[in-house]
Amino acid sequence: MILTLAFRNLFHDRVRLAVTLIGILFSIVLVAVQLGLYLGASRMITANIDETKSDLWITAFGAKSFEDGGVLLSSRERHQALATPGVANVTPILVSFSEWRKPSGGSTRVVVVGADAEDGALEPWGLVAGDWEAIKAPNGIAVDETYLSDLDVTGIGSTAQIGQGRVKISALTKGIRSFTQSPYVFMPLSRARQILGYGSSEATFHLVKLREGADPEVVRQALLNRLESAEVLTKQEFTDRSLTQWLFRTGAGVALIGGALLGILVGTVIVAQTLYSSTKDHLNEFATLRALGSSSSYIHKVILAQAGLSAIIGYGLGMTIALLVVFASRSTPLPIVMTPGLAAALFSVTLFMCAISAVSAIVKVTKIDPATVFSR
Amino acid sequence: MSKDRVLVARNIVKELGRGAGMVQALKGVDIELVKGELTLLMGPSGSGKTTLLSILGCIMTPTSGTLSVDGASTDELGPEDLAHIRRDHMGFIFQSYNLFPTLTALENVRIALDVRGTHGFKAASRSEEVLRQVGLGHRLMNYPSNLSGGEQQRVAVARAIASSPAIVLADEPTAALDSENGHAVMALLAKIAHEQNRSVLAVTHDPRTLAYADRVVRIEDGLIVGEDRRPEGLDAPEVTDLTKRRKAHA
Repeated sequence: MILTLAFRNLFHDRVRLAVTLIGILFSIVLVAVQLGLYLGASRMITANIDETKSDLWITAFGAKSFEDGGVLLSSRERHQALATPGVANVTPILVSFSEWRKPSGGSTRVVVVGADAEDGALEPWGLVAGDWEAIKAPNGIAVDETYLSDLDVTGIGSTAQIGQGRVKISALTKGIRSFTQSPYVFMPLSRARQILGYGSSEATFHLVKLREGADPEVVRQALLNRLESAEVLTKQEFTDRSLTQWLFRTGAGVALIGGALLGILVGTVIVAQTLYSSTKDHLNEFATLRALGSSSSYIHKVILAQAGLSAIIGYGLGMTIALLVVFASRSTPLPIVMTPGLAAALFSVTLFMCAISAVSAIVKVTKIDPATVFSR
Repeated sequence: MSKDRVLVARNIVKELGRGAGMVQALKGVDIELVKGELTLLMGPSGSGKTTLLSILGCIMTPTSGTLSVDGASTDELGPEDLAHIRRDHMGFIFQSYNLFPTLTALENVRIALDVRGTHGFKAASRSEEVLRQVGLGHRLMNYPSNLSGGEQQRVAVARAIASSPAIVLADEPTAALDSENGHAVMALLAKIAHEQNRSVLAVTHDPRTLAYADRVVRIEDGLIVGEDRRPEGLDAPEVTDLTKRRKAHA
């Protein structure tokens, strides 16, 4: 009967129910979009790091992110690392911002990623046209199809100029977005060095693969002892550092999380207001229940059930719209991501929001004097 | 007789308000309720009858005095314990019915059982049973707005007796009803008292109800000023006034 009463109380006033649901819906969509953007941005920032098959990253001191690796490392660090017990392989990669000169004039910034797939370090993933062999062909590069118009090219076979070299699109990826909005351009390491004008042994990072059974922490300590002018980071540490750089030092993440919190706050206030007014309207009935001998907790359960039902209906409606927004954003440079985990988290947030909203109503109902049933 | 006493109130005092505005609504009331008896509590407005009903119903606590329900003292009990006593021993009928407008007649009765921990099929069948007892077997699925005043009050009666409480307390049960419905409800309360061996106390100032009473307790200015008992051998509702009945019996 608790659910029945809660359901009937909710649906008794359809206008108020609509206001409640719009409040929850607005909140859910706002939080979903903000957190979806946050998640999408996080994935973009860490995608290259996640795709590498390395155990440890050797970076210059103060390297801020994958795109901003700081000063270049030399082959000295690589050889020192190779000589460290427990290290199986050390692969250099080069990452650097550069200018892409558009075929029809003008330029845009791109992030050149030079790596050799044969070394097992990093290769473009999600290829929808061409392959690594095509990228290895003279002037060959891979870009993501999302950025073709930004780069002023049409697809496979299009040419352009980066730095000192001419490049030709020989492969296309799908879904490799850049948080900086500077598209990634994948090419073999030697060509990257050449067109960027770097030395033949210079690299932005050295990716370390450990021997089987080697203790990462022990190897890391050994590397730190040998490498005086470099940092050694685990994959997770470098991921965290990249996220911190782009999401928090730039304020982007704070804005997204702030927006999500604002959504929760607005939703909570709207739901609290409508639940409170609904409780006030049904105060006589709650007083009657109390007079009939119901415990306080029984009445609290009715209010919480009202909040829970509002949450479930509002979540269903909100998620439907949020998923439509996610679908609409899938081909944009900053797609909104929705995962089962995020959907579950949003449901928990909605329930929490509605439960918190019920507090004012519960406080109100706790003060009911059942004797009022005799005064009407 | 003492074993049939289900409620005993002794020297009940109730002060309302504070300081200079304080009013003594009850000034030392003694009253007992016994099984199988319909008692009317009558008095003018402001005499303290509703305050006394609230205290006897464990809805309000007295400033001083003692109250015991089914042999157990209610002194020092908190709001939740008092709710527990109401749940276990009492049924209430209110002047304005206090039905849930969003629930059907059947659900209005079921919810009274639900708060007492009776759920599901058992609650549904018991609710239907008591609604049939009060003559509303054909109105189970009707909402209060589709019921007449008399029918709504009968739903309230069904709700009050659904859990078979020892005590049924009614506040002006006929005040909002026309003559026919008023008589029907009072006959129902008398039947509940006599056939189901419950103690029924009704606060009223409706003279139509006198015919059904086994006992009339009169209250004025917060004090019990008199008590009339139906003479043996007279059955309700053949006479309409206890005073006339007393004379007739003499």
